[in-house]
Amino acid sequence: MSTAGYFAYWVTIFLLMAGLYILIARGNLIKKLVGMSIFQTSVYLLYIAPGKLIGGTAPIFAEQFKVYSNPLPHVLILTAIVVGVATLALGLALVVRIREAYDTIEEDEILALDDKLEREKE
Amino acid sequence: MKHYLVLRVIAKLLIPFMLLFALYVQFHGDFGPGGGFQAGTIAAAAVIFYALIYGLPNARKVVPSWLVEAMIASGVLLYAGVGIAGIFLGGNFLDYFVLSADPVAGQLRGIFWVEAGVAITVSGVMLKVFYMFAGRGRDEAE
Amino acid sequence: MMAVAVVALARSRNLFSVVVLGGIYSFLMATVMVALDAVDVAMTEAAVGAGISTVLLLSALHLCKSEEAKPLHRPWLPLLLAVATGAMLVYGTLGLPAFSDPAAPIHTHVAPRYINDGPRETGVPNIVTAVLASYRGFDTLGETTVVFTAGIGVIALLRRRRRNRDEEEQ
Repeated sequence: MSTAGYFAYWVTIFLLMAGLYILIARGNLIKKLVGMSIFQTSVYLLYIAPGKLIGGTAPIFAEQFKVYSNPLPHVLILTAIVVGVATLALGLALVVRIREAYDTIEEDEILALDDKLEREKE
Repeated sequence: MKHYLVLRVIAKLLIPFMLLFALYVQFHGDFGPGGGFQAGTIAAAAVIFYALIYGLPNARKVVPSWLVEAMIASGVLLYAGVGIAGIFLGGNFLDYFVLSADPVAGQLRGIFWVEAGVAITVSGVMLKVFYMFAGRGRDEAE
Repeated sequence: MMAVAVVALARSRNLFSVVVLGGIYSFLMATVMVALDAVDVAMTEAAVGAGISTVLLLSALHLCKSEEAKPLHRPWLPLLLAVATGAMLVYGTLGLPAFSDPAAPIHTHVAPRYINDGPRETGVPNIVTAVLASYRGFDTLGETTVVFTAGIGVIALLRRRRRNRDEEEQ
Protein backbone atom coordinates (compact mmCIF):
# COMPACT_ATOMS: atom_id res chain seq x y z
CA MET A 1 0.00 0.00 0.00
CA SER A 2 2.94 2.29 0.60
CA THR A 3 3.93 2.86 -3.03
CA ALA A 4 0.39 2.85 -4.36
CA GLY A 5 -0.54 5.32 -1.64
CA TYR A 6 2.03 7.80 -2.85
CA PHE A 7 1.41 7.31 -6.58
CA ALA A 8 -1.21 10.05 -6.59
CA TYR A 9 1.28 12.54 -5.14
CA TRP A 10 4.01 11.57 -7.60
CA VAL A 11 1.81 12.09 -10.63
CA THR A 12 0.88 15.50 -9.25
CA ILE A 13 4.55 16.35 -8.75
CA PHE A 14 5.31 15.33 -12.34
CA LEU A 15 2.58 17.68 -13.59
CA LEU A 16 3.90 20.41 -11.29
CA MET A 17 7.42 20.07 -12.62
CA ALA A 18 6.22 20.00 -16.22
CA GLY A 19 4.36 23.27 -15.65
CA LEU A 20 7.40 24.79 -13.91
CA TYR A 21 9.65 23.70 -16.78
CA ILE A 22 7.39 25.34 -19.36
CA LEU A 23 7.30 28.48 -17.25
CA ILE A 24 11.05 28.93 -16.96
CA ALA A 25 12.47 27.28 -20.06
CA ARG A 26 10.35 28.58 -22.91
CA GLY A 27 10.90 32.04 -24.25
CA ASN A 28 7.50 32.87 -25.73
CA LEU A 29 5.52 34.98 -23.27
CA ILE A 30 2.14 33.45 -23.98
CA LYS A 31 3.54 29.95 -23.61
CA LYS A 32 5.02 31.01 -20.30
CA LEU A 33 1.61 32.15 -19.15
CA VAL A 34 0.04 28.86 -20.20
CA GLY A 35 2.80 27.08 -18.29
CA MET A 36 2.01 29.20 -15.23
CA SER A 37 -1.64 28.27 -15.46
CA ILE A 38 -0.74 24.57 -15.72
CA PHE A 39 1.51 24.98 -12.67
CA GLN A 40 -1.35 26.52 -10.69
CA THR A 41 -3.82 23.83 -11.74
CA SER A 42 -1.42 21.10 -10.63
CA VAL A 43 -1.12 22.81 -7.23
CA TYR A 44 -4.89 22.56 -6.89
CA LEU A 45 -4.64 18.83 -7.46
CA LEU A 46 -1.88 18.65 -4.88
CA TYR A 47 -4.20 20.22 -2.32
CA ILE A 48 -7.36 18.30 -3.10
CA ALA A 49 -5.91 14.82 -3.36
CA PRO A 50 -5.12 14.46 0.38
CA GLY A 51 -8.63 15.58 1.26
CA LYS A 52 -10.38 12.64 -0.32
CA LEU A 53 -11.60 9.73 1.72
CA ILE A 54 -12.23 6.59 -0.26
CA GLY A 55 -15.86 5.65 0.43
CA GLY A 56 -16.80 9.19 1.31
CA THR A 57 -18.84 11.53 -0.80
CA ALA A 58 -18.95 15.18 -1.76
CA PRO A 59 -19.24 17.49 1.25
CA ILE A 60 -22.91 18.30 0.82
CA PHE A 61 -25.02 17.28 3.76
CA ALA A 62 -27.57 14.57 3.02
CA GLU A 63 -29.34 12.15 5.31
CA GLN A 64 -28.09 8.91 3.81
CA PHE A 65 -24.35 9.70 3.82
CA LYS A 66 -22.16 9.48 6.87
CA VAL A 67 -18.63 9.94 5.55
CA TYR A 68 -17.73 13.14 3.73
CA SER A 69 -14.57 14.27 2.05
CA ASN A 70 -12.81 17.12 3.73
CA PRO A 71 -14.34 20.47 2.71
CA LEU A 72 -11.50 22.72 3.82
CA PRO A 73 -9.19 22.20 0.80
CA HIS A 74 -12.19 22.78 -1.49
CA VAL A 75 -12.72 26.22 0.00
CA LEU A 76 -9.07 27.21 -0.33
CA ILE A 77 -8.81 25.97 -3.89
CA LEU A 78 -12.03 27.72 -4.93
CA THR A 79 -10.42 31.00 -3.93
CA ALA A 80 -7.17 30.00 -5.60
CA ILE A 81 -8.81 29.23 -8.94
CA VAL A 82 -10.42 32.65 -9.16
CA VAL A 83 -7.25 34.40 -8.10
CA GLY A 84 -5.39 32.39 -10.75
CA VAL A 85 -7.63 33.55 -13.53
CA ALA A 86 -7.33 37.14 -12.29
CA THR A 87 -3.54 36.82 -12.50
CA LEU A 88 -3.82 35.33 -15.98
CA ALA A 89 -5.99 38.25 -17.15
CA LEU A 90 -3.52 40.82 -15.84
CA GLY A 91 -0.58 38.92 -17.34
CA LEU A 92 -2.25 38.78 -20.72
CA ALA A 93 -2.99 42.52 -20.59
CA LEU A 94 0.73 43.10 -19.93
CA VAL A 95 1.68 40.82 -22.84
CA VAL A 96 -0.60 42.74 -25.19
CA ARG A 97 1.01 46.03 -24.15
CA ILE A 98 4.49 44.54 -24.55
CA ARG A 99 3.58 43.35 -28.01
CA GLU A 100 2.48 46.83 -28.96
CA ALA A 101 5.61 48.43 -27.55
CA TYR A 102 8.28 45.98 -28.72
CA ASP A 103 6.53 44.32 -31.66
CA THR A 104 7.56 40.87 -30.43
CA ILE A 105 6.69 38.49 -27.61
CA GLU A 106 9.85 36.42 -27.50
CA GLU A 107 11.76 37.01 -24.32
CA ASP A 108 15.24 37.00 -25.92
CA GLU A 109 14.31 39.56 -28.53
CA ILE A 110 12.71 41.80 -25.91
CA LEU A 111 15.84 41.70 -23.75
CA ALA A 112 18.03 42.45 -26.79
CA LEU A 113 15.83 45.42 -27.71
CA ASP A 114 16.04 46.69 -24.14
CA ASP A 115 19.83 46.47 -24.16
CA LYS A 116 19.93 48.34 -27.44
CA LEU A 117 17.67 51.10 -26.08
CA GLU A 118 19.82 51.46 -22.98
CA ARG A 119 22.99 51.71 -24.99
CA GLU A 120 21.42 54.30 -27.26
CA LYS A 121 20.42 56.40 -24.27
CA GLU A 122 23.99 56.74 -23.04
CA MET B 1 -23.62 32.61 -45.01
CA LYS B 2 -25.34 29.31 -44.32
CA HIS B 3 -23.02 28.13 -41.56
CA TYR B 4 -23.25 31.49 -39.87
CA LEU B 5 -27.03 30.99 -39.89
CA VAL B 6 -26.71 27.69 -38.05
CA LEU B 7 -24.51 29.35 -35.41
CA ARG B 8 -26.92 32.23 -34.93
CA VAL B 9 -29.93 29.96 -34.48
CA ILE B 10 -28.13 27.71 -32.02
CA ALA B 11 -26.88 30.74 -30.12
CA LYS B 12 -30.41 32.10 -29.86
CA LEU B 13 -31.54 28.77 -28.43
CA LEU B 14 -28.67 28.28 -26.03
CA ILE B 15 -28.04 31.70 -24.52
CA PRO B 16 -31.30 31.91 -22.51
CA PHE B 17 -30.57 28.46 -21.09
CA MET B 18 -27.05 29.48 -20.17
CA LEU B 19 -28.33 32.54 -18.31
CA LEU B 20 -31.00 30.44 -16.62
CA PHE B 21 -28.37 27.90 -15.63
CA ALA B 22 -26.23 30.68 -14.18
CA LEU B 23 -29.15 31.86 -12.04
CA TYR B 24 -29.88 28.28 -10.99
CA VAL B 25 -26.30 27.69 -9.93
CA GLN B 26 -26.32 30.95 -8.00
CA PHE B 27 -29.45 30.30 -6.00
CA HIS B 28 -28.92 26.57 -5.51
CA GLY B 29 -25.43 27.07 -4.23
CA ASP B 30 -26.80 26.26 -0.81
CA PHE B 31 -28.06 22.82 -1.73
CA GLY B 32 -25.76 21.57 -4.43
CA PRO B 33 -22.44 22.52 -5.91
CA GLY B 34 -22.40 26.09 -7.02
CA GLY B 35 -22.36 29.53 -5.51
CA GLY B 36 -21.28 32.96 -6.54
CA PHE B 37 -18.10 32.31 -8.52
CA GLN B 38 -19.49 29.61 -10.75
CA ALA B 39 -22.66 31.58 -11.43
CA GLY B 40 -20.75 34.74 -12.28
CA THR B 41 -18.48 32.92 -14.71
CA ILE B 42 -21.34 31.15 -16.47
CA ALA B 43 -23.29 34.39 -16.84
CA ALA B 44 -20.23 36.14 -18.28
CA ALA B 45 -19.67 33.19 -20.62
CA ALA B 46 -23.25 33.53 -21.90
CA VAL B 47 -22.75 37.20 -22.78
CA ILE B 48 -19.32 36.47 -24.30
CA PHE B 49 -20.98 33.79 -26.43
CA TYR B 50 -23.48 36.39 -27.60
CA ALA B 51 -20.65 38.80 -28.41
CA LEU B 52 -18.78 36.12 -30.36
CA ILE B 53 -21.75 35.26 -32.57
CA TYR B 54 -23.45 38.61 -33.02
CA GLY B 55 -20.47 40.94 -32.91
CA LEU B 56 -19.03 43.19 -30.25
CA PRO B 57 -21.10 46.35 -31.02
CA ASN B 58 -24.36 44.41 -30.58
CA ALA B 59 -23.12 43.02 -27.29
CA ARG B 60 -22.13 46.50 -26.19
CA LYS B 61 -25.72 47.64 -26.91
CA VAL B 62 -27.20 44.84 -24.81
CA VAL B 63 -24.78 45.12 -21.89
CA PRO B 64 -23.22 48.59 -22.12
CA SER B 65 -19.81 49.44 -20.71
CA TRP B 66 -21.06 51.70 -17.96
CA LEU B 67 -23.31 48.93 -16.65
CA VAL B 68 -20.42 46.45 -16.52
CA GLU B 69 -18.19 48.91 -14.72
CA ALA B 70 -20.96 49.66 -12.23
CA MET B 71 -21.38 45.93 -11.66
CA ILE B 72 -17.70 45.44 -10.86
CA ALA B 73 -17.76 48.04 -8.13
CA SER B 74 -21.19 47.39 -6.70
CA GLY B 75 -20.52 43.71 -6.02
CA VAL B 76 -17.64 44.48 -3.69
CA LEU B 77 -19.66 47.29 -2.10
CA LEU B 78 -22.56 44.90 -1.48
CA TYR B 79 -20.28 42.44 0.23
CA ALA B 80 -18.69 45.09 2.43
CA GLY B 81 -22.14 46.54 3.06
CA VAL B 82 -23.34 43.25 4.51
CA GLY B 83 -20.33 43.29 6.78
CA ILE B 84 -20.98 46.82 7.96
CA ALA B 85 -24.66 46.07 8.45
CA GLY B 86 -23.48 43.47 10.91
CA ILE B 87 -21.66 46.18 12.84
CA PHE B 88 -24.68 48.49 12.91
CA LEU B 89 -26.95 45.74 14.19
CA GLY B 90 -24.74 44.93 17.12
CA GLY B 91 -22.29 42.22 16.12
CA ASN B 92 -18.78 42.25 14.73
CA PHE B 93 -17.84 42.83 11.11
CA LEU B 94 -19.43 40.20 8.84
CA ASP B 95 -21.51 38.64 11.60
CA TYR B 96 -24.59 37.14 10.06
CA PHE B 97 -26.56 35.99 13.05
CA VAL B 98 -27.58 39.56 13.97
CA LEU B 99 -29.22 40.19 10.61
CA SER B 100 -32.54 38.65 11.57
CA ALA B 101 -34.50 37.59 14.63
CA ASP B 102 -33.63 33.92 14.23
CA PRO B 103 -29.83 33.38 13.96
CA VAL B 104 -30.09 30.65 11.36
CA ALA B 105 -32.35 32.82 9.18
CA GLY B 106 -29.81 35.58 9.63
CA GLN B 107 -27.10 33.26 8.37
CA LEU B 108 -29.18 32.38 5.33
CA ARG B 109 -29.87 36.03 4.56
CA GLY B 110 -26.25 36.99 4.96
CA ILE B 111 -25.03 34.16 2.77
CA PHE B 112 -27.58 35.07 0.09
CA TRP B 113 -26.48 38.68 -0.19
CA VAL B 114 -22.82 37.86 0.04
CA GLU B 115 -22.99 35.31 -2.75
CA ALA B 116 -25.00 37.77 -4.87
CA GLY B 117 -22.29 40.39 -4.42
CA VAL B 118 -19.60 37.90 -5.40
CA ALA B 119 -21.49 36.82 -8.53
CA ILE B 120 -22.03 40.42 -9.65
CA THR B 121 -18.37 41.32 -9.30
CA VAL B 122 -17.03 38.14 -10.92
CA SER B 123 -19.33 38.34 -13.94
CA GLY B 124 -18.61 42.06 -14.32
CA VAL B 125 -14.85 41.59 -14.25
CA MET B 126 -14.84 38.66 -16.69
CA LEU B 127 -17.06 40.54 -19.11
CA LYS B 128 -15.10 43.80 -18.83
CA VAL B 129 -11.80 42.02 -19.43
CA PHE B 130 -13.27 40.39 -22.53
CA TYR B 131 -14.57 43.76 -23.75
CA MET B 132 -11.14 45.29 -23.25
CA PHE B 133 -9.32 42.56 -25.15
CA ALA B 134 -11.81 42.36 -27.99
CA GLY B 135 -12.20 46.12 -28.25
CA ARG B 136 -8.46 46.58 -28.45
CA GLY B 137 -8.17 44.46 -31.55
CA ARG B 138 -11.08 46.24 -33.14
CA ASP B 139 -9.49 49.64 -32.64
CA GLU B 140 -6.17 48.40 -33.96
CA ALA B 141 -7.80 47.28 -37.16
CA GLU B 142 -9.17 50.72 -37.93
CA MET C 1 -3.62 11.40 -20.02
CA MET C 2 -2.91 14.74 -18.45
CA ALA C 3 0.81 14.02 -18.57
CA VAL C 4 0.52 13.35 -22.30
CA ALA C 5 -1.33 16.65 -22.79
CA VAL C 6 1.28 18.59 -20.84
CA VAL C 7 4.26 17.04 -22.64
CA ALA C 8 2.61 17.71 -26.01
CA LEU C 9 2.03 21.29 -24.90
CA ALA C 10 5.67 21.72 -23.92
CA ARG C 11 6.93 20.47 -27.25
CA SER C 12 4.41 22.26 -29.45
CA ARG C 13 5.37 25.43 -31.27
CA ASN C 14 2.06 26.54 -32.71
CA LEU C 15 0.57 28.85 -30.11
CA PHE C 16 -3.01 28.07 -31.03
CA SER C 17 -2.49 24.39 -30.30
CA VAL C 18 -0.80 25.38 -27.03
CA VAL C 19 -3.94 27.23 -25.95
CA VAL C 20 -6.23 24.38 -26.97
CA LEU C 21 -4.08 21.83 -25.15
CA GLY C 22 -4.24 24.04 -22.08
CA GLY C 23 -8.03 23.95 -22.28
CA ILE C 24 -7.97 20.16 -22.62
CA TYR C 25 -5.72 19.96 -19.57
CA SER C 26 -8.16 22.06 -17.54
CA PHE C 27 -11.08 19.88 -18.57
CA LEU C 28 -9.22 16.70 -17.61
CA MET C 29 -8.33 18.29 -14.30
CA ALA C 30 -12.01 19.06 -13.68
CA THR C 31 -12.87 15.40 -14.38
CA VAL C 32 -10.21 14.21 -11.94
CA MET C 33 -11.61 16.53 -9.33
CA VAL C 34 -15.08 15.06 -9.70
CA ALA C 35 -13.49 11.66 -9.12
CA LEU C 36 -11.95 13.10 -5.95
CA ASP C 37 -15.40 14.26 -4.69
CA ALA C 38 -14.60 17.95 -5.14
CA VAL C 39 -17.70 18.90 -7.10
CA ASP C 40 -17.67 22.64 -6.34
CA VAL C 41 -14.06 22.93 -7.33
CA ALA C 42 -14.61 20.86 -10.47
CA MET C 43 -17.43 23.13 -11.62
CA THR C 44 -15.35 26.24 -10.98
CA GLU C 45 -12.28 24.78 -12.68
CA ALA C 46 -14.28 23.72 -15.73
CA ALA C 47 -16.00 27.10 -16.04
CA VAL C 48 -12.96 29.22 -15.30
CA GLY C 49 -10.05 27.17 -16.58
CA ALA C 50 -11.51 25.66 -19.69
CA GLY C 51 -13.90 28.52 -20.46
CA ILE C 52 -12.73 31.96 -19.48
CA SER C 53 -9.00 31.21 -19.61
CA THR C 54 -9.22 29.81 -23.10
CA VAL C 55 -11.29 32.77 -24.32
CA LEU C 56 -8.83 35.27 -22.85
CA LEU C 57 -5.80 33.44 -24.23
CA LEU C 58 -7.36 33.24 -27.68
CA SER C 59 -8.21 36.94 -27.74
CA ALA C 60 -4.71 37.84 -26.54
CA LEU C 61 -3.29 35.53 -29.20
CA HIS C 62 -5.34 37.30 -31.83
CA LEU C 63 -4.00 40.63 -30.61
CA CYS C 64 -0.43 39.36 -30.69
CA LYS C 65 -0.87 38.08 -34.21
CA SER C 66 -0.12 34.45 -33.32
CA GLU C 67 3.67 34.45 -33.42
CA GLU C 68 4.78 30.88 -33.99
CA ALA C 69 8.55 30.89 -33.88
CA LYS C 70 9.87 29.66 -30.60
CA PRO C 71 13.61 29.02 -30.84
CA LEU C 72 15.01 26.22 -28.77
CA HIS C 73 18.19 27.11 -26.95
CA ARG C 74 19.59 24.14 -25.08
CA PRO C 75 17.37 24.15 -22.02
CA TRP C 76 19.49 21.96 -19.78
CA LEU C 77 19.64 24.25 -16.76
CA PRO C 78 15.87 24.67 -16.42
CA LEU C 79 15.39 20.94 -16.97
CA LEU C 80 17.91 20.22 -14.24
CA LEU C 81 16.21 22.71 -11.95
CA ALA C 82 12.79 21.16 -12.56
CA VAL C 83 14.05 17.63 -11.96
CA ALA C 84 15.92 18.67 -8.80
CA THR C 85 12.85 20.42 -7.37
CA GLY C 86 10.73 17.42 -8.29
CA ALA C 87 13.13 15.08 -6.50
CA MET C 88 13.01 17.23 -3.37
CA LEU C 89 9.22 17.25 -3.46
CA VAL C 90 9.09 13.47 -3.87
CA TYR C 91 11.39 13.16 -0.88
CA GLY C 92 9.00 15.43 0.99
CA THR C 93 5.91 13.41 0.15
CA LEU C 94 7.45 10.31 1.70
CA GLY C 95 6.69 11.95 5.02
CA LEU C 96 3.04 12.51 4.17
CA PRO C 97 0.32 10.12 5.30
CA ALA C 98 -0.82 7.62 2.72
CA PHE C 99 -3.57 8.52 0.31
CA SER C 100 -7.04 8.57 1.90
CA ASP C 101 -6.07 7.83 5.46
CA PRO C 102 -8.90 8.79 7.84
CA ALA C 103 -6.54 9.39 10.73
CA ALA C 104 -4.43 11.93 8.85
CA PRO C 105 -4.07 15.30 10.61
CA ILE C 106 -5.93 17.06 7.85
CA HIS C 107 -9.15 15.35 8.92
CA THR C 108 -8.91 15.77 12.66
CA HIS C 109 -8.60 19.44 13.58
CA VAL C 110 -11.23 21.82 12.28
CA ALA C 111 -12.93 19.80 9.56
CA PRO C 112 -15.07 17.59 11.88
CA ARG C 113 -16.53 20.70 13.48
CA TYR C 114 -17.44 22.14 10.12
CA ILE C 115 -18.95 18.88 8.92
CA ASN C 116 -20.87 18.21 12.12
CA ASP C 117 -22.08 21.67 13.04
CA GLY C 118 -22.13 23.45 9.68
CA PRO C 119 -25.58 22.49 8.38
CA ARG C 120 -27.11 22.99 11.79
CA GLU C 121 -25.59 26.37 12.57
CA THR C 122 -25.92 27.97 9.17
CA GLY C 123 -28.93 26.18 7.70
CA VAL C 124 -27.07 25.48 4.47
CA PRO C 125 -26.53 21.83 3.43
CA ASN C 126 -23.61 22.62 1.12
CA ILE C 127 -20.72 22.64 3.60
CA VAL C 128 -18.32 24.25 1.15
CA THR C 129 -20.64 27.23 0.64
CA ALA C 130 -21.20 27.46 4.40
CA VAL C 131 -17.48 27.58 5.11
CA LEU C 132 -16.77 29.91 2.19
CA ALA C 133 -19.49 32.44 2.91
CA SER C 134 -19.97 32.21 6.65
CA TYR C 135 -17.13 30.67 8.61
CA ARG C 136 -14.39 32.07 6.35
CA GLY C 137 -16.36 34.98 4.94
CA PHE C 138 -13.55 37.45 5.43
CA ASP C 139 -11.30 35.49 3.08
CA THR C 140 -14.01 35.59 0.44
CA LEU C 141 -14.19 39.36 0.82
CA GLY C 142 -10.46 39.48 0.16
CA GLU C 143 -10.85 37.28 -2.87
CA THR C 144 -13.61 39.46 -4.30
CA THR C 145 -11.33 42.44 -3.81
CA VAL C 146 -8.56 40.62 -5.71
CA VAL C 147 -10.90 40.01 -8.64
CA PHE C 148 -11.96 43.64 -8.50
CA THR C 149 -8.34 44.78 -8.51
CA ALA C 150 -7.54 42.57 -11.48
CA GLY C 151 -10.44 44.11 -13.40
CA ILE C 152 -9.26 47.61 -12.52
CA GLY C 153 -5.73 46.70 -13.56
CA VAL C 154 -6.82 45.44 -16.95
CA ILE C 155 -8.89 48.56 -17.48
CA ALA C 156 -5.91 50.73 -16.57
CA LEU C 157 -3.58 48.83 -18.88
CA LEU C 158 -5.79 48.54 -21.93
CA ARG C 159 -7.90 51.64 -21.71
CA ARG C 160 -6.47 54.03 -24.25
CA ARG C 161 -8.27 54.09 -27.56
CA ARG C 162 -5.06 54.95 -29.47
CA ARG C 163 -6.44 58.03 -31.09
CA ASN C 164 -3.12 59.75 -31.62
CA ARG C 165 -0.81 56.86 -32.17
CA ASP C 166 2.38 58.83 -32.79
CA GLU C 167 2.05 60.95 -29.69
CA GLU C 168 1.61 57.99 -27.39
CA GLU C 169 4.38 55.78 -28.73
CA GLN C 170 7.30 58.04 -27.71
